[in-house]
This record gives sequence, C-alpha cells and structure tokens, in this order.
Amino acid sequence: MSVELDVFVGNTTIMDEEVYQLWLDGYTVNDAVKARVDAGVLDECEATEDVLLSDTMDQYRTFQMCERLLQSPAKLANQLLFQITPHRQAMLIERYYAFDDPFVREVLGKKLSKGTKKDLDDISAKTGVTLKSCRRQFDNFKRVFKVVEELKGPLVENIRQHFLLSDKLARDYAAIVFFANNRFETGKKKLQYLTFQDFAFCAGQLINNWTVGAVDNMVEDMDVDLDKEFLQELKELKILITDKDLLDQHKSLVCTALRGKTKALPEMEANFKNLSRGLVNIATKLTNTKDVRDFFIDLVEKFIEPCRSDRWTSADLKLYLTHYTNSAHILDTFKHQAVWDRYMGVIKSCIFKMYHD
Amino acid sequence: MPGKLKAKIVAGRHLPVMDRASDLTDAFVEVKFGNTTFKTDVYPKSLNPQWNSEWFKFEVDDEDLQDEPLQITVLDHDTYSANDAIGKVYIDIDPLLCTEAASVISGWFPIYDTIHGIRGEINVLVKVELFNDLNRFRQSSCGVKFFCTTSIPRGYRAAMVHGFVEELVVNEDPEYQWIDRIRTPRASNEARQRLISLMSGELQRKIGLKVLEMGGNAVVGYLQCFDLEGESGLVVRAIGTACTLDKISSGSFSNTHTHPNTAPPSNACNSPSKDGKESPLAHGCRSTHNSPVHSACSSQRLSQNFSVSVPTLIFTGMGSGGSAGKEAGPLKTLLRQQTQTALEQREFPFFTLTSFPPAFLVHVGGVVSARSVKLLDRIHNPALGNTRSYKLLDWNSVTADEPETRDAWWEEIRQEIKSHAKALGCHAVIGYSENTSICEEVCILSASGTAAILNPRYMREGCLDMGSTDHRFDDPSPPSCGFCHIPYDELNMPFPAQLTYCYNCRRQKVPDVLFTTIDLPTEAAVTGKGCLIQARLCRLKKRAQGEVNATAISNLLPFMEYELHTQLMNKLKLRSMNALFGLHIQISVGENMLLGLASATGVYLTALPAPGGIQVAGKTPSELNEQHVLTIQKRINDTIAKNKELYQITPPELTEEGVGSPIPEPRHRSRLFRSHSESSDEVSELDLSHGKKDAFVLEIDDTDAVEDIHSLLTDASPPTGFYSCNTETMPGIYNWTTAVQMFTSVRVLRLSNANLSNQSLNKIFTDLCENLLKSFYFKLRSMIPCCLCHLNFNVAVPEEELIQVSVTAVAMTFDKDQAQERPAERFITKGGSETEDQLQFSLELCADTSSTNSQTSSKISGVQENALVSSRAASVDYGSFADRCSTWLELLRLKAHTIRRGSVKTSRRTQSLAHSVSSLEHCSPLTEGRSRSLRSSRSFGGSSVTMVKMTPLSFLPGTRIIKYLGIINMFFIRETTSLREEGGVSGFLHSFIAEVFAMVRAHVAALGGNAVVSYSMKDCVLMENPNKNQAQCLINVSGDAVVCVRETDPEPVAQMVNSGQTCAADGTS
Repeated sequence: MSVELDVFVGNTTIMDEEVYQLWLDGYTVNDAVKARVDAGVLDECEATEDVLLSDTMDQYRTFQMCERLLQSPAKLANQLLFQITPHRQAMLIERYYAFDDPFVREVLGKKLSKGTKKDLDDISAKTGVTLKSCRRQFDNFKRVFKVVEELKGPLVENIRQHFLLSDKLARDYAAIVFFANNRFETGKKKLQYLTFQDFAFCAGQLINNWTVGAVDNMVEDMDVDLDKEFLQELKELKILITDKDLLDQHKSLVCTALRGKTKALPEMEANFKNLSRGLVNIATKLTNTKDVRDFFIDLVEKFIEPCRSDRWTSADLKLYLTHYTNSAHILDTFKHQAVWDRYMGVIKSCIFKMYHD
Repeated sequence: MPGKLKAKIVAGRHLPVMDRASDLTDAFVEVKFGNTTFKTDVYPKSLNPQWNSEWFKFEVDDEDLQDEPLQITVLDHDTYSANDAIGKVYIDIDPLLCTEAASVISGWFPIYDTIHGIRGEINVLVKVELFNDLNRFRQSSCGVKFFCTTSIPRGYRAAMVHGFVEELVVNEDPEYQWIDRIRTPRASNEARQRLISLMSGELQRKIGLKVLEMGGNAVVGYLQCFDLEGESGLVVRAIGTACTLDKISSGSFSNTHTHPNTAPPSNACNSPSKDGKESPLAHGCRSTHNSPVHSACSSQRLSQNFSVSVPTLIFTGMGSGGSAGKEAGPLKTLLRQQTQTALEQREFPFFTLTSFPPAFLVHVGGVVSARSVKLLDRIHNPALGNTRSYKLLDWNSVTADEPETRDAWWEEIRQEIKSHAKALGCHAVIGYSENTSICEEVCILSASGTAAILNPRYMREGCLDMGSTDHRFDDPSPPSCGFCHIPYDELNMPFPAQLTYCYNCRRQKVPDVLFTTIDLPTEAAVTGKGCLIQARLCRLKKRAQGEVNATAISNLLPFMEYELHTQLMNKLKLRSMNALFGLHIQISVGENMLLGLASATGVYLTALPAPGGIQVAGKTPSELNEQHVLTIQKRINDTIAKNKELYQITPPELTEEGVGSPIPEPRHRSRLFRSHSESSDEVSELDLSHGKKDAFVLEIDDTDAVEDIHSLLTDASPPTGFYSCNTETMPGIYNWTTAVQMFTSVRVLRLSNANLSNQSLNKIFTDLCENLLKSFYFKLRSMIPCCLCHLNFNVAVPEEELIQVSVTAVAMTFDKDQAQERPAERFITKGGSETEDQLQFSLELCADTSSTNSQTSSKISGVQENALVSSRAASVDYGSFADRCSTWLELLRLKAHTIRRGSVKTSRRTQSLAHSVSSLEHCSPLTEGRSRSLRSSRSFGGSSVTMVKMTPLSFLPGTRIIKYLGIINMFFIRETTSLREEGGVSGFLHSFIAEVFAMVRAHVAALGGNAVVSYSMKDCVLMENPNKNQAQCLINVSGDAVVCVRETDPEPVAQMVNSGQTCAADGTS
C-alpha cells in the first residue's frame, strides 16, 4: 500500500514561510521534514509525520512551479497561475534573492562564469551552505548581472525595478555586480576579516563617487565602470609625495592640527610620510586594471595594517584622515583640490568601514 | 439570424519561445466561431505581441451562440513548415446573451494547450449584439438565467418555482473514434474538449427551452454531469429547478447578508425552512436497487428489482406507498389536496434546491434514494456525414432492437424516487441529485433526495402576492421546528419510527432521528455545533464480466447501503446528535471492489428527542468477555461525554439526566441492529417491533461488530479550533470573517498486496479519509478558529488496486469571541417575538411534561433477540419538573444577557469588517508582518491581476453579491508524455489543478466578476501509465460568476461592474 498521488491546491496559493526558507536553503524534502519536526511544528496541530511529509512535498512542488516566475519577478505580478497577494509576492521575491553572507564573501569579485560555477561544490563544503542553495544564489547574481549590464540609468534603481527588490537588497546586488565587473580582489587572507557588508558599503561609495554615473547619469554601464578621466587625473596627486616641501608642509599642518587631540600623535608623526605615500600611490596606480583589482588589499597593506600595528583607535583614524584631507587644501602649491576631495572622500569612508578595532 | 458576435484580439504576453534560434516567437491568432475563421497578422519576433486587431464579426443564429464557444488559437508562424500551435482559449459567450449578466468579456486569458498546459496569456475583447427575435418557434433560449447555486440566488426572489427540468445528450466519444488512431493526442484532446463544450452548450439551450415552456426565466441548482462511458459513448446530462425569479431592487435587500440563507425581507420571511429526514436505521430511508438490466432482453428488466430500505425495510416496491398518509388529519389532507393539484401536473415533483424561500418547506419525510445497475452498450452513430461535426443520437430510432435509452434509465429511477416519496406521505423530493459510477461496461445510476411537503403557494400561478387566501394552509408550527414534524400519518406509518411530541412546540409528532440531503434550514433550532460525519466502506467483489458482474454488484449494493447507514447511525449517536443534513452517499464501482462513502453533517435538533447512548452487549456471557464489554462500554461512554462537550451539546432536557453519571440512563439507549437481513419480509416484521423499542445495543460477538466499534472510536475529532461540515455553513457559527480559502485535494492510494480482506480494506479506506482531513487541518492551521465547510468527498476506483479520493471544500475563519452572537442578533432584528416564543415554549414544556412521561412510560420496550433492553419506564420522576423549569429560567436569563451583549457587539462587528482588507492574508500559514514594510516602496508594474475568490458555498462571508454574471462550466483535458519530467503524477495533477483554477479565475475576471460561488469540481478523472511516462486527466468544474462587494460598502458604482480589471476583490487593496 503506497500513496501514489497526493496533492493539495488552494485557490489562494498556500505557502508556509518556514518551509519556503528550508526549500531556499536547499534542504531535501526529508531533511525539511526533520527540521520541521525539530522546530516543533507537530505540536501545533496534532499532526503526524505523514501529514508533515505530505505538506512539505506539496509546498516544495509549489515552490518549484513558482521558481520560473521568481527568476523574472515582474512576471509574478501579472501571471495567472498562482493567486498570491502582492505583499506575499514581495516576500517570495525578497527571500528568493536573499543570500548567505558566507557564500557571497567567497564569490565576491570573482567572474560570474561557468568556471566559478564549477567551484561551487568547494564553496559549499567550505561555507556549509548547501550546493543547491549556492547554485540558486550564484544564478541570481549572474541573472541580475546580465540584466543590468545592458541597461542605462542608475544601477541600484535598475535592479530595484527589474527584480522588485527592497532598497537594501538592491544595493547589495549593486555591490555584487560592481565587484564582479571590476573583479576586485577580496579573497586574500589579509582581507578575510572583512564582511560582505563592509565591501558593500565601499562599493556604494565607489559607485556614487568614482564611476561615470557620478558625473553623467545617462551613459551605459555608468555605475559599473570607474570614471577613466578621473583615474587619469589622480596621477596629478603624485606631487603630494614627490614634492619634498609639499610633503613636509602637509605633515606639519596635520600634526599641528592634531596636537593635544590624540595619544597616538607620536606614531602619526613618525608614520606620516609612509602613510601618505601609501594612499597617494594607490591613487596614482588606479589607471592599471590590475591595481584596481588590488585596491582593497592595497588599502589594507598600505594604510590599515600600519595603523593597526600602532594601535590607533577608530577615533584616531578618523581624526587623522580628516585633518590629512583638509590640510591639503591649505597647501598653496597644491592645485588639485577637486580631484583630491573626490578621492579622499571615498578613501576616508572606506577606511573607516574597513578599520575594525 | 439574430446575433452578431464581435471579437478583438488585443495582445499577448509571456508567450513561450517557439523559435530556438532567436529565442522568440512569431505569433498570430485564429479566431473561430462555428465554421467561420479570422486571422490576425503575424507579430514577428516577440514574446509579448501587440496585435491590436480589428473587430472580427460573426453573424450567427442565437442557437449557435448558445451552443458554440468562441475558439481562439494562438500559433507560431513558420515560413517553411506547418505553423506550430501554441495553445487555445475557449470562451463561452453564454453570459453575454443575458441582459442582466455581463455585457462584455474583456481580459487576459491563459493560453491553454492540452499537452503543455498554460503557455502565456492573451488579451481578448468580446461583445454580442442580439436582435429581437419574434419567432415563437425558436430553438434558442437566450435570456434564461442559469445558477449552480442550490438556493434562490441573493438579490432575487422566487415569484414561482416551476419544478424539475432535465435533459441529456449523447454522442460518440472522439477518443474512441477510429480516427483517433491516426491523429495526435493533442488533436484528439481538443476534439473532445470542443465536443463537450458544444454538448453542454446545447444541453443548456434545451433546458432553457423547457424552462421557457414552463413559463420560467431561470434555472436554479443547475447540475451538469458527464458520463464517460468509453466505447459506448459520451453522455452529458443535466438537472435543475425551473423558477421565475424577480430581481429585488438593490435597496431592499441590504440586510440579506446577516444570514447566508436569508431571503430578502421583501420576500416575507427570511429563512427557508426545509429538511426533514428520517433516521436511517429506523426510519424512512428508502432506497432501491435494480438489478442489471440486460439491454438485449427487456423481459428481464427489473426482474430482480428489490428495494431495501436500509434498516427498516419498507418493502413497498414501486408505487406501493400509496396508502401512507391517506388518513392524515384534516389539515394535512387539505394541504395535500392543494399541493397535489399543483404538483401532480408535473411528472417529477423534484427540486434540486437544498435551501428554500421562507415558508416554502412544510415538512420533511426522510431520505429517498434509488440505485440501478446497468450494462452499457455501444452507441452506434449513424450521424457521420452530417453537416455538423457532431450529432445527437436519438436512442430510440438508432437502436431499434434496444429500446433502452439513457433517458429511460433515468426515468425509471426517478419514478422509483417518486414512489418512495409517496410512501413517506410526501409529494415532493427536495435536495435532489443524480450521479453515476462507471467501470468498464457496468454503470451504477444513483439518485437521491429528501421527501418533503412543500407549500403550494409557490407553485401556483399568480399567487405570490402573499394572498390572504393562503393563510389557512400555513402550517401553524413555529418555523424553528415545523419541518421536523412528520408528514406521514402516525397511525399508518410507512415504516416503524419512534415518535415523540416535538421538543420545541410540543404540538406535533417528530421522529427520533432525521436524515436529509438538504442544508440545515436557517430557522431550525439547533443545540450546540455540528460536525462532519462519514461512513466509509469497502467491499471486495469477484472479477467478472457482463451480466454476471452486474448481478454481483447489485447483490452487494443493499448490504453496503445497510452498512453505511448503520455506521452513520452509530457515529451520530456517538456524537450525541439526532439529525443529519446534506447526506450524500456515493457508491463507486471498480474491477474488484465497491467503495461506499456517506458524508453528512450531524447536528442536534432541539425539536427532536435526545439520542440515547450506545450500549455494548456480549452475546455469549463469559468472564473474559464481560471484562472486554465493560472496557468498550466505558470507552464509548467517555467518547460520548467528550463529544458532548466538544460540540457544546447541552440541551436543557439533558441537564437533569446527564449530570452525575456519564453513563446514560439505560432507558435512553436505543438499539443498534446487527441483524443480517436475509429476507426482506422478515426484516420488515422485525422492524415493526423495533419501532416501539428504545434501546440501542451493540453486540460485539461477531468480528464485524468489533470492527465497527473500532472504526467508531478511531474517528479522530478535529483539533481544537477546527470544525467541519459538508453543508453550507456550520450550525452554531455565525460570525464569519471574510477570510476564505477554497481548496481541492486529491489522493490516490495503491493497494499493493493482492489478498486484502474486507476488513483491512475498510481500515485502509477509513485511514485514507481520516488522513486527508488531518492534512487539511494542518495546512490550514493558520486560519484557526476555522471551519471547513462544504467538504465534498468524491471517491473513485480509477484502476484495479487504486483508490482515489478527491475533496473540494472551503475553509472560513470566524471570530471566536463572538461565537454566540447570532442568537442575539436575531433577537434584535426580529424584535421581541422570538423571546416570546421561548417563553411560551418553556411554559408549554412544563405543562406537557406529564403527558410525555406517561406516554413514554407506556411504551413497550422493543423486543429484539438478545437486546439488552431496559424499559424506558417511569424513571422520569416528577421531581425533575422543578429542575426543568429552573433550567429554563436560567436559560432565559442567559438569553437576556446575550441580547444586551449583542448590541455592544454589533458595533464591534463593523469594526472587524473594516479590517477585512487584509483578510486574504490569513490564508497563508504564517505571519507576514515582516515583509509589510517592503510593500509601500514597491510598484508592481501597474497591471496586477484581479483577485478572484472561489467558494463552493452560495455566498462569501462578509460580502454582498450584487450581480450574477452567468454560469461557469468548463471542461479541460491535460495529457503528458513526460510524466517524470513534470514531477510524476503528483506534479502533473498539481499543476493541472492550479491551471484549472487559473482559467476559471481568468474567465470570471474577464466577465467583470471578482468571485465564484457554488463552485464545484464535478469530475476529476486521472489515468496514468508511469511505465510509458504518460498520464491524462480530465477535470470538469462549474460555478456562478458574481460581483460582490464588502457588506460595509455602499452600492457600487455602475462602472465597476463592467471593468474586469478594475474591480478588485477585497483583499487586493
């Protein structure tokens, strides 16, 4: 005796959020049943495990049928097959496009290609995220990437409109797309301590200030590619470290301003030249794609690590960078104020974000 | 040539990719009606084509308009090879033919392919211009309204109820034509879909003609069925109740919502009273089985005809029931004479309605049913070559050597039903339905209904003005119990029954148990809540062919019916209830077994006596046995006590007896029969004595009985917060919220081990049904407190060793805090009259008690072999009077209290309605507050889909139906040759059912509606062959498309009705 067929279809599609999450997380039906038993669902309604199994299978089938629609969320709103209330649709989409931070950390900055996809089982093993879930997340990244690649207009807004995502999630996706496009290196050991949210914040800064879109908002790829002209102009900043007078003047201005405000002043004074060289060198090398990729590792190596070894506090860091940036304006021979601000604005906020006490 | 049909193809969306190279599609559309076809231009390389075509105009007869669907085919243009079909849409334009229904069909329809399912959507506009037709001999019946709803539709009043209409049409099944061997499955499926669509159109037109002939303008309770007889053909048949309906002007019925069954105030009174029935075991359930009739030799016809009435065999055969009621009291006689004139003109005084206008139903006799086993024969179709692609067969002329026709078969059965009703002293049958079960060449035809006496007022011409002339026929009994009073003469009862004076009015006699097929009349006085009661039974039979097989089946039928009734009776007693409503017994035939499933809603009618308990007795006294008996007895008593509490059954009468000892007084026990009725004569004799006895004894000596007890006790009661019933609403629950969730569930079980016994089979079947219910409770747990209403079970044996159960029902939530609100509300609306009634009642009760006592004590306890009988002696002492009176005082005080509370609650109620906007959200299992915040910032691209609610009930709680848009009657076939890839049979059926829902919703939305009421899935026939990776499924659904607005809303603006996309159901906003 066996159940040959067992279906339950509601006029309003019945979806249990917990089961949906289990499905998204790549649980098999049997594992999902176990998880639900553990969660105590059985006590809720005098149910037996058979009932739970049947219910789980039904829901899994429903989700599988919905998956095609979830991949182009706009369709979900005007399809006729499933009757789902609008805010429930929003929940389905939001959860479908949600991702696991450990997973995204692994993929961030990598090319969203077949090659990477092949490595997903390693990533799965490493992160503990099921392979099925890894695939879904990876395919989501890729799908979003492909769609926005060809669109004009602001990146975040495009993602939001095409995939009907919340603002927060759309920003995260923008970061993922931006990283994938510029292939920023994020996997190095020195960068391991950084979370996805750290990077997402930096990506937001870069998108808003350094891309073409920051100056012209009707260009293709405007938010994905860095502004080439700006990168060229950055070379001009070299004067800050090559001109000995300028460097000394800059140093004394900063130190004067900092006097009495921090305990780390001696270290700051000692390291000033090194740190300044580090930051300006990063700026001048950004015309090379290779160096763009190493942007974050450079920031860590050239700036964050030295500060950390000197035990600067975040407040110290903030103070230092603020004065470092502002003092450059007082240097009478320094003519590149605009570029300097555009550069340092981003660097400053990135470093704040990346500097963990 | 009185009609012009116009269609416009606007656009398509989400089309499938038909050209792999470009990942695009070059789509165009063919629009076909009758033999005329138009085409749109090809819209190249797009998955979202914008055809924006001209208006295609078809000039056609209105006859064709009724029969034919508009057929829209979407194709992919291919320069070099044949164009590929993407899919089709069939649009039934019937709703446009009725001035009161929809005026335009406009909206997105799923493009459906029988192999691939839904493939994108198409936006279509359809209009009809009808010219006046003065031809009196016309063949069309445009303008006759059809309703699936089995009560007078809201917003209408019945000026006259004309009665039964039926029709059937027959054709060869395309699936079995020779051409099917060479055409593709798709072509074959489409031929079938189209044929059935044509046949139902024609059927509807013909029924409409009959209605016009009778002078009516509508068919209510329209029930259409398909019999797929395989080789022998395809039968589409329909029954309904012809009525003359008047539309009530909108203002006057604003109050109707307070009670689902309530008719408009202008209709003189508000609730239909109906229902009567008989106890299954002891009273009035009559059913007949005809032996197989071999079509070739008509001499054998009915030779084995025997009627079993289940426990109480009233062995009357056809027409023998005439004597009953002859000596009825003067009033009854008068009534009967009156109605007879009205009803006798009709061949069959049958009504498919289950709810009636107030005062329409006078008394209820009991359930009448008839079954007949037939052998199917091939239909020869001489009609090939006719100009039409199909042709109805006239059976009589075609098969000259076989005088049998499907019509004659049904006629026979209906005659039988009629005579059963007569035997019960009734002149009408209400809640009438017919169905079939077919296995290979054997077909069981079944019909059942409830014998009743109706008020003739509605059936005579021009007498609805509530003329004063009719008052003398008005039944003097109060509406809350009048229908329970026996229609037959107590001195000359058609079957033995135990009569007592009505516990409500004390004036008339009532039976101790009542079974009916109708809904609980709204006015009926009910104690506590009701619940779903099911009897389930499997019987093995030998595999056989032809007549032998048919005989074997018809021999089994009476026993099955008997067993089912026994089970029902036991389960009813176990729940301490005394009446069943909505009784539906289905017997399904398979190769090697018969399945029987009886479903009903049990209630405690205040007017009927309290049911006795169940007493267990051992036949052979022995120490061991004694112990066993005691244990079982205790379990039964415990269960009864538990159920009383669960269903809040605390009738005042019971208080003095029930308190103290959980074990019911012996005198309240009645006997459960386990006698095996070998000969009907014998049994009928036994039953005479049974009528006088009042112990209900369960013997546990034979193994069957042990089984019975087990099955009795294994039925789990629903989890806390859940109720279930198979009627329109649950007695005792009145404060529904607007959250509804209609669902369909199908389960198929494969019996793997070949040598199952009847008992283990029963167990399997019972578990299957119980598990289904458990699944529903679990899935819908987020809706608690909730009631599953209209639980409609359908069993089938699709193949050897397979058992299929399909269920359609609706879950509705209610407001727990206000569960007791209804009585109060009633008091308020009806003024003090009700309270007075109660007062009067209580006084009478006191006065009558002595007579009751003397009466009961004078009864001689029934004598049945070894029944443990204790006389229902004078144990009712006079001391209990005081108790009784004080209880009543208590009750009155309580009532007064509720009235006060009620007024407060009403205001709260409106408040809860205001919140109903988000009610639909309740349908999903978990809270979603979390995503709420996301919502505001999001736009869904403008064209969001209209929410369409569906329900098998005739109403949606918290809403008012403002317009009926026409009947939805759709038939779909789905086939697959890649079963595994579609997720196996479950995946296949799951998506098919979802697609069917989607297509129903789309049609309703296109008509401008936002809900389907009286929805039902008539057929779900699944065939599978996993080895070949194939499956096929046929589904037939029907319902009434309506526009409804929230109760609190003002009258809608006119434009809302016609704009399909704008009238959003509540819940979307």
